Amino acid sequence: MTKPATAPSGPPSGDAPPGDAEPGGSPAQPQSSPHAVPVARSARRFGDLLFSGAATLAGLSIVVTLAAVFLFLIGQGFPAFTADAEDLPGEQNFAAYVAPLLFGTVWAAVIALVVAAPLAIGIALFISHYAPRRLAQGLGYLVDLLAAVPSVVYGAWGIVFLAPHAVPVYRWLERYFGWLPFFDGPTSATGRTMLTAGLVLAVMILPIMTAINREVFLQTPRLLEEAAMALGATRWETIRMTVLPFGRSGIISAGMLGLGRALGETLAVAMVLSATDVITVNVISSTNPATIAANIALDFPDSSGLAVDALIASGLVLFALTFVVNYIARVIVARRREFSGANA
Amino acid sequence: MTAPAQPAPAAVRSSLAGRSLPAWAPWTIVGVAIAVGLLAGVSTGLNVALGIVLGVLVALVAVPAVSTVVEGGRRARDRLATLLVTLAFALALLPLLSVLITVVDNGTARFDATFLTDDMRGVVGEGGGALHAIVGTLEITAAATLISVPIGVLCAVYLVEYGGGRWLARAITLLVDVMTGVPSIVAGLFAYALFSIFFGPGIRFGIGGAVALSVLMIPVVIRSVEEMLKLVPNELREAAYALGVPKWLTVVRVVLRTAAAGIATGVTIAISRVIGETAPLLIIAGATTRTNYDIFDGRMETLPIFTYQSLMNPGARPEFGVDRAWAAALTLIIIVMLLNLVARLISRFFSLPSGR
Amino acid sequence: MKLMKRQVAVLGIALTAMLGLAACGDDEENGADTPSPGGSSAPAAAEVSGTINGAGASSQASAMEAWIAGFTEANPDATVNYDPAGSGAGREQFTSGAVQFAGSDAYLKDDEVTAAQETCGGDFIEFPAYISPIAVAYNLPGVDSLKLSPSVIARIFDAKITKWNDPAIAALNEGVTLPDLDITAVHRSDESGTTSNFTDYLAKAASADWPYEAGGEWPTQTGEGAAQTQGVAAALRAGEGTIGYLDASQAGELGIAAVQVGDEFVEYSPEAAAAVVDAATVVSGRPQYSYAIDLPRDTTASGVYPIVLVSYLLACTQYDSADQADTVKAFLSYVISEDGQAAAAENAGSAPISDAQREQAQAAIDAISAA
Repeated sequence: MTKPATAPSGPPSGDAPPGDAEPGGSPAQPQSSPHAVPVARSARRFGDLLFSGAATLAGLSIVVTLAAVFLFLIGQGFPAFTADAEDLPGEQNFAAYVAPLLFGTVWAAVIALVVAAPLAIGIALFISHYAPRRLAQGLGYLVDLLAAVPSVVYGAWGIVFLAPHAVPVYRWLERYFGWLPFFDGPTSATGRTMLTAGLVLAVMILPIMTAINREVFLQTPRLLEEAAMALGATRWETIRMTVLPFGRSGIISAGMLGLGRALGETLAVAMVLSATDVITVNVISSTNPATIAANIALDFPDSSGLAVDALIASGLVLFALTFVVNYIARVIVARRREFSGANA
Repeated sequence: MTAPAQPAPAAVRSSLAGRSLPAWAPWTIVGVAIAVGLLAGVSTGLNVALGIVLGVLVALVAVPAVSTVVEGGRRARDRLATLLVTLAFALALLPLLSVLITVVDNGTARFDATFLTDDMRGVVGEGGGALHAIVGTLEITAAATLISVPIGVLCAVYLVEYGGGRWLARAITLLVDVMTGVPSIVAGLFAYALFSIFFGPGIRFGIGGAVALSVLMIPVVIRSVEEMLKLVPNELREAAYALGVPKWLTVVRVVLRTAAAGIATGVTIAISRVIGETAPLLIIAGATTRTNYDIFDGRMETLPIFTYQSLMNPGARPEFGVDRAWAAALTLIIIVMLLNLVARLISRFFSLPSGR
Repeated sequence: MKLMKRQVAVLGIALTAMLGLAACGDDEENGADTPSPGGSSAPAAAEVSGTINGAGASSQASAMEAWIAGFTEANPDATVNYDPAGSGAGREQFTSGAVQFAGSDAYLKDDEVTAAQETCGGDFIEFPAYISPIAVAYNLPGVDSLKLSPSVIARIFDAKITKWNDPAIAALNEGVTLPDLDITAVHRSDESGTTSNFTDYLAKAASADWPYEAGGEWPTQTGEGAAQTQGVAAALRAGEGTIGYLDASQAGELGIAAVQVGDEFVEYSPEAAAAVVDAATVVSGRPQYSYAIDLPRDTTASGVYPIVLVSYLLACTQYDSADQADTVKAFLSYVISEDGQAAAAENAGSAPISDAQREQAQAAIDAISAA
């Protein structure tokens, strides 16, 4: 990589001596490998072992937890996979039951991500590189706050505010862009459509994505940016050449977090979306596919028996979907590691 | 570090870009364009919003065009980027502000002393408060944080410092991503199923809610902490090793210390992510009207559930319930605001002197 | 897999039994100093002090709020919790012994009856406690009153009638100017007792125009779905030309259609709603203390409003602790009392149950005892 920031190595070197002193008696055993430092090997080993052990254990706990969730979903949802069609909700087999839900989940999340990702990068850049410092702090604070608004409130906001105000826009879209399958209409009279749900999701995932992007952008080594500027680069060129490449892994992480939340969001979608079991790309009519999580929330309370199994099995499908999406994303990101500071 | 950087920009600007737009020019163009669009929108009977959109579009074309003529292509692109970034910001701020204003506007009606000191026991219709929900939210979220932060930070440390591309690290990285996608309601069902095995069906207590929230919170902690750890320059680690500092001390006192500010932000983000959760808590923490301080025994109300139920089942005279619901949402936002403040103080306390 | 599940369930039940006993002991310590053994004292008179938990229908949530408040006012040491988690969840938790009582928009199914009897270690009781009229509400500025027949309602919700000025609607509403506006029929997108009662009404009263079975899940793909009662109310308010069905107390300022019964058009009222429940027949072949009813939706009797939601309360006839038995008994007695029903009517807009139903329910409640 480049040669950034040896300057801020002041604090660590200041911290290091006490750390070095703890093992004690450094001059005692002079002969050892030149690399790993000689002193008090066993004590040091113990500390390292304990710490790496704890870290590994924490990592493993993730595996165990997820395995448990997975087993839970399989155990509870399995009857639905094998059940006869007439016993399941809607009297269709499980694949037919889950297909519209799966489509709706992906569709809503895609809309949300397409809207939110560029906006999140824009806000983060604005806060980190464009806004005056004082304003930037206030704005960052405001955005962080919004990450905590309960999804219920976003849902209520969607119904009360966004949906009615979106209707004229949807009418307009239908009139002039009706030839696109997305805006085929007929426009919903209440505005509770897939596009509204996608927009609410986008608003919901914006704060969390912005927060991560912002933190990452702020971490861009100052020297890189100054070097670019010294070469006469404009602000945008500086950002394009230093900030964005440096933050790419973080941007993708933020995107994955946002996507995860969008895929799994329950109540806001359940409240905002007018849903039934169809597959359609039309985003402005009142006939929309539901999402898996919203469907669970809507039907779980009043379901019993096999219907519950089917709902949990659909949860398993969502789980699998998240797995696949993330796997693909990881494969794409895999090449981008050289910008990690910890790539040694 | 390098001194020559200082005078350079001025020199470059004067010699290479002989002509440049004055600072006020682009914003004036934007203002004029929007005003014209607005005027056009109003006068033709079209939508006002449509007029503004039109004006912005015109500005997006006009500013780079003028800049290209006066300053050349590179600066024009810079101006366009500035405009786009600002636009993205303004565009995103609109709904966020709208949400915030909605909550504050509706929430202040019932946000009073009674609301903070009373619970809902025996209250029908008017009056009542959210003390029970505030207590529940604080305790459950605190417990979830206590569970999630150590696991999350250690796991991130493992991924960045120890995993080193091993298959386990790769698997965990993927699994963490998958975990971010666990629907909140599934986390609740899972926690309920887990505790039912030990405590029998019908188990409802706060700590179960904390476990359910942890399932949602841990991946967020890991993700954000991992990003922060990755950004710690390798030179720092190498410097520490060179000085003979053992690895674990390097991690604790150099890497984590350097990343402390970012970690504090990450933890706050994670708390914000789960503090507003409704569905899982409804299943495992239950709902009650009584203030319960014991997280290990009995149902606990939380603010999001209080909001949800007051909003969804407001009774024959909805206004009281609805007012309480918004006041509860406002309370939640204020709690998070205070939390953010604390996190900012922590990160200021820890932040290292740097160029920024 | 099924087998495994069952084993887990059995294990769970065994554990509950053990822990449940321990827990009950705790409760007694926390609550009463004098647990009256036998527990057959007069139900309403003596103060009780147990903690009981219930779960179930969200339709009863507002009424339950009023009941719990009224009951704990008279019995300050008693605690009653109710999770409005949904009827299905309520029945599930009741039959697995997780809660002491449950509210449900439907009576127990046959397999649930068996499970409930097993869990209760004897029999269970089941009676209608909450009667709520369902309004057919619409948002049509300028139209203050609207008359609809079952067949027209069915065709509107089946998207066979799509315009407000359709001749079929106009024929019922002479003298009313109906706009040339698209109809948006709003239904519940979640599975609910309201939908179940409404589709049951359509299937029985307009069988020719409603080819679907009654059920909690909305059967057609047309129209607009909205979550929960409040979602439907919000959707109705948000769009002009909308029509939907919802808990009458939540209709607010929306227009409410008068529904054709026989030759007359009836607007909902608590009395008209209670009348249809009075005319109901008790379902036969049920356990002794089950007062499950079938409503005569296609009635042509005068002054009866047939679109109502009936919600049941479920409890065991036997409880392990006397404290619990007493509390359940006292609480349910309060619920069906005139005071209780009046409190529910005020807070939830429900229709009070009749004296005949109160007598039946009281007989069932009196059967509750401690093991």
